[in-house]
Amino acid sequence: MDLETALPGARDEEAGYAERPARMGFFTDTSVCIGCKACEVACKEWNAVPDDLTAFTGMSYDNTVGLGADSWRHVAFIEQRKPLGHQTPGVGDMDFRWLMASDVCKHCTHAACLDVCPTGSLFRTEYGTVVVQQDICNGCGYCVPACPFGVIGKRESDGLAAKCTLCYDRLQVGQEPACAKTCPTDSIQFGELDELRERAERRLERLRESGVSSARLYGHDPDDGVGGTGAFFLLLDEPEVYGLPPDPVVTTRDLPSMWRHAGAAAAALLVGLAAVAWKGRRR
Amino acid sequence: MNERVWPVLRQLTGKDRLGKGAAVRSAATAALRARTAGADRVVKSVCPYCAVGCAQNVYVKDEKVVHIEGDPDSPISRGRLCPKGAATLQLTTDSRRARKALYRPPHAADWQEIDLDTAMDMVADRIIATRRATWEAEHEGKRTNRTMGIASLGGATLDNEENYLIKKLLTALGVIQIENQARVCHSSTVVGLGTSFGRGGATTFMQDLVHSDCVVIQGSNFAEAHPVGFQWVMEAKARGAVVIHVDPRFTRTSALADLHVPIRAGSDVAFLGGIINHVLSNELYFRDYVLHYTNAATILREDYRDAEDLDGLFSGFDPDTRTYVTDSWEYEGMPVVTATGTSEEAARGVGGRVPEGWSEMHGAAGATLTGTAQRDETLRHPRCVLQVLARHFARYTPEMVERVCGVPQDLFAEVCRHLTENSGPDRTSEFVYAVGWTQHSDGSQFIRAASILQLLLGNIGRPGGGIQALRGHASIQGSSDIPTLFNLLPGYIPMPHAHEHQTLADFLRSDAPHQGFWADMPAYLVSLLKAWWGPSARPDNDFRFDWLPRMTGSHSTYDTVLAQLDGTCKGYILLGENPAVGSANTRMQRLGMAKLDWLVVRDLNLIESATWWKDGPEIETGELVTEDIGTEVFFLPAATHTEKSGSFTNTNRLLQWHHRAVDPEGDARSDLWFMYHLGRIIREKLAGSADPVDAPILDLTWDYPVEGEQGEPVAEAVLAEINGWDAEGRPLSRYTQLKGDGSTVCGCWIYCGVYADGVNQAARRKPADEQDWIASEWAWAWPANRRVLYNRASARPDGHPWSERKKLVWWDEAAGHWAGFDEPDFERDKPPGYRPPEGASGTAALSGTDPFIMQPDGKGWLFAPAGVVDGPLPTHYEPQDSPVVNPLYGHQRNPARKVYEHPDNRYHPSGHEPGASVYPYVVTTYRLTEHFTAGGMSRGTPYLAELQPEMFCEVSPELAAERGLVHGGWATIITARNAIEARVMVTDRMPSLHLDGRVVHQIGLPFHFGPNGLARGDAANELSSISLDPNSHIQEVKALSADIRPGRRPRGPALREMVAAYRERAGIVAGTGTEV
Repeated sequence: MDLETALPGARDEEAGYAERPARMGFFTDTSVCIGCKACEVACKEWNAVPDDLTAFTGMSYDNTVGLGADSWRHVAFIEQRKPLGHQTPGVGDMDFRWLMASDVCKHCTHAACLDVCPTGSLFRTEYGTVVVQQDICNGCGYCVPACPFGVIGKRESDGLAAKCTLCYDRLQVGQEPACAKTCPTDSIQFGELDELRERAERRLERLRESGVSSARLYGHDPDDGVGGTGAFFLLLDEPEVYGLPPDPVVTTRDLPSMWRHAGAAAAALLVGLAAVAWKGRRR
Repeated sequence: MNERVWPVLRQLTGKDRLGKGAAVRSAATAALRARTAGADRVVKSVCPYCAVGCAQNVYVKDEKVVHIEGDPDSPISRGRLCPKGAATLQLTTDSRRARKALYRPPHAADWQEIDLDTAMDMVADRIIATRRATWEAEHEGKRTNRTMGIASLGGATLDNEENYLIKKLLTALGVIQIENQARVCHSSTVVGLGTSFGRGGATTFMQDLVHSDCVVIQGSNFAEAHPVGFQWVMEAKARGAVVIHVDPRFTRTSALADLHVPIRAGSDVAFLGGIINHVLSNELYFRDYVLHYTNAATILREDYRDAEDLDGLFSGFDPDTRTYVTDSWEYEGMPVVTATGTSEEAARGVGGRVPEGWSEMHGAAGATLTGTAQRDETLRHPRCVLQVLARHFARYTPEMVERVCGVPQDLFAEVCRHLTENSGPDRTSEFVYAVGWTQHSDGSQFIRAASILQLLLGNIGRPGGGIQALRGHASIQGSSDIPTLFNLLPGYIPMPHAHEHQTLADFLRSDAPHQGFWADMPAYLVSLLKAWWGPSARPDNDFRFDWLPRMTGSHSTYDTVLAQLDGTCKGYILLGENPAVGSANTRMQRLGMAKLDWLVVRDLNLIESATWWKDGPEIETGELVTEDIGTEVFFLPAATHTEKSGSFTNTNRLLQWHHRAVDPEGDARSDLWFMYHLGRIIREKLAGSADPVDAPILDLTWDYPVEGEQGEPVAEAVLAEINGWDAEGRPLSRYTQLKGDGSTVCGCWIYCGVYADGVNQAARRKPADEQDWIASEWAWAWPANRRVLYNRASARPDGHPWSERKKLVWWDEAAGHWAGFDEPDFERDKPPGYRPPEGASGTAALSGTDPFIMQPDGKGWLFAPAGVVDGPLPTHYEPQDSPVVNPLYGHQRNPARKVYEHPDNRYHPSGHEPGASVYPYVVTTYRLTEHFTAGGMSRGTPYLAELQPEMFCEVSPELAAERGLVHGGWATIITARNAIEARVMVTDRMPSLHLDGRVVHQIGLPFHFGPNGLARGDAANELSSISLDPNSHIQEVKALSADIRPGRRPRGPALREMVAAYRERAGIVAGTGTEV
């Protein structure tokens, strides 16, 4: 039984908005990413995300390491002894390629963070994105393990959850998110999700034609374990290579059946208790 | 939905029954409003980092900058910004920025705060006193009217208007040693491009990359150092262009290229020479273009001897002075007359040499020749340039390229194939380079080599063609054009050398027959003198020509360091430059500063050049003791680009105005403010002086209007002076209006027109989507708003486009003038059929088929008969310090390079020389996207610092195995100058090269780091030496030899002991590596 029919009214996308604009999202085409990290900085500047100064990590050019409360965009750098389509790397006799990809909150169709949030801090916006409301968040942290992508973190300074808002404030005045706006090569594209999905298909086709057979889309499929993501990607290798789960599943997927089983168990218990009580009275 | 209603009630009564959307929206969420939408005003600006010139929108609310992002109207950047551009909000508004004037008295242990006015007054006093004490009316019997006691450094991060005031005030004070980052970054560009084509700037503009069929990026890490410009490479690639990256490392640029060609650092002339040889020997050159538009057919003199004949030397070499007498390089029957009359005979007493520092005058126009060249239109004459070229490069075979560069022959063949297949009437290829080419002891020749190749392939002046020089500071082109450089006056007019008697007429040699645009030099120089000394500059006093201080040799920033060490130079003003990290041999830079009487540092942060006396590396080693250092230090915080108005000149000669958004806080002030008020105070202090030495200061035109509480000079008033006006005070609109009789005023002739009609043309911002791809109404480019230089070459000699696909400018027969997409870089009404009459001079001497209008013969120079001091043709020499033997010539290094023998600047043995194996590896230095130059504008910015928090070195797995280096661990890198430590990055991106039967390992070092700020580490430039290109005085930091070993470097005196032990082991003595 799928989620939507299991819980009547669980279609997150609707989320009770009288007027709902088209669902908005990101298409991150990693095949044109130059790893400049402008997205990371533009995000921090716009959202006043705290800096997070660490030391040299040695993870290629990645010193951000991952997404978290203080990193809402993260550019991964992967050095591989693998060929990239028709590219001639000239670094000796081996094949070589250097992959870069800017990761971000996926703004899932079925968002577990949202499901588990007890306060209503996390909510679905009219654009279909998922946003933390800092004034509501009580820092319980349930959302942190609930995210199948490890996107959300709790900020050390105030203990509150924080993640990408897809620049909810900018969207409301007709501006694109800061990361997409700044991206020098248009690796991060913002727009209506349906249109982005079509664009991504076309891009995938072109890349494959040009010999980049390893290209694939990630998160574009509405039938995947999270119902498709609002922020999806064109990758050049398996998702695991980029630190992405290969088959993400909304961690609250089994909640409906759990509730059903719990309900049945509770009903059975009630019946049993009633029977016991009835028997006892007869005595 | 009303967010004030209790959410549960909303959930139960509305459609959001699960409480996941509208029902739980909080009041704070509902009140969210993008601060871009709520700003009081949006101020138009330009990014202050590299020279791509990305436009910015600065959002101001309640007189505070609340946000900065890209301006989508810009045709160059289209609203995008790189991480540095995106961090400018933090750069400009971070609370950690220095905003208080500081003073360090002599021998003091720490700073003390100082009142800004007091500090200004004290600085003025010190300048006056030092100037008086060190005034040099004559030098060895020749009039100099100068002080060698004061020097300044910096300007490339500043506005043109600021550079103008720096040059104007300091020159009037008699200061010669005025330098900026252009010296250490792109001075060789001016020489290389200027002598080849007639102007020293990039020949094209960024957006034109989309029209390229093949983009060769070499000597540049385009994607990392100029990310927003790189969008145009991506666009070209999407349209089917082949992208080739030739680089020692596999970088973020290589990651997006079709072809990455690893090359040994410093061997590019051999690589380019190999392609030239391939093109010539297979007759793949664009014959019609080459025949008509280059000097291929020109006959050379009989006494010319090539490097082929003399084992790496050209005719005319004098081993005693290590200079060339260049007569024999001239065209047959067309001798060189230096544009400014004083041939080196007068300047230096020896015949036939280009005077020191004068190669760069070709930044705005070529050399001057007189007479008519002899040509062989069949290109078969043994002394015609094409044949000489073919002989010169004949030994640059694919095998030789492999031996010298380590490039496998099949890979080299691929590059040749792509390049030649994508050049011709219907296709064009573009070269893109940066400081990977410029910073060598023969850097100018790297650029010459590319220029020759692009001329042979017919790619100059055409859409998608050209040579793109990527400059790395917001206005480093501007600080060359309005030069805060020792050897130039505005518009590339050379600074005069010292003579016993020299009149303006002598200098101008106005009687000499000139061809080309330099013929109008008197108009340019007299208008400049009028701009500086106004009514005081009259014909009867030679327009105060005598008041210009005189050169007596090289006074580059590196000569200044030696002058500081020997006590000649006593006062130093740093204006947004950090030599303690960014210049070669940084230890020497600091030791020089420790000998100063006084030092003024103006910057956004407390950079290493401001604090070395208390926490520099030499304090740690014990070489310097704070209490013993007598240098008085003033730190005066500077204003940022959002806090002042002015123009930046981007890498494509485009002047873009940025408007002040807010006033600077605290003691922070613009450099316009600093220079203006410094001049005002000095003039007030000297008022009434009858000493003729003070007259140039007192008569200087210095009455700029000021505004606001801080008394900020009006930048547009300075721009108006740079542009110039006529006798009635009306703004001029083009430099052809300038006159040599004193009736016109113009601060920089090539910028004349930027204030045409009294309108700030640099502030024009017609949105890109309302214009064609040239976008000629966005800002203003020199010369005369032309965007693709030499674009006459985009048409055939008869004036028709070479092809429909590549048309740009053409002769409109019906209209009787040149027409096209771009502003024609040609006399508009001169028909293709025009031929100069006998004895014609000036521009009339150029025919209707001569596209290189700043050249005396109108041709692109495959062979440079003048202007390049170390050879008319590029020749492969090894870097100053190299583990590799030069297999091409007996001369290992550039024989004419400039070396500085000094105990703190020892060189390495090279090649087979004994001791060379002590420093067996090749070091190359470079930028990272996340940082900026010497770090003053990035290492203190948290959002940038966290992205690359520590100094590291990049090594191959093979080198790591050979030396026991551990990924993530530490390594120490050692040269004869110093040793540094860095975290180790073992990576396949740093390929080891196989050449000439051996493996050469290279070590990559980002040069941004230093001990101050948030992102720290040892500076790579501790390792480099002062060894210079003789044309441009640029230092060699892109290729040097070194050793590397695991672990951290020694602390304290042990560091110097280790460096000395290495030197001893290598047998290094005073003369090592200085051989011709």
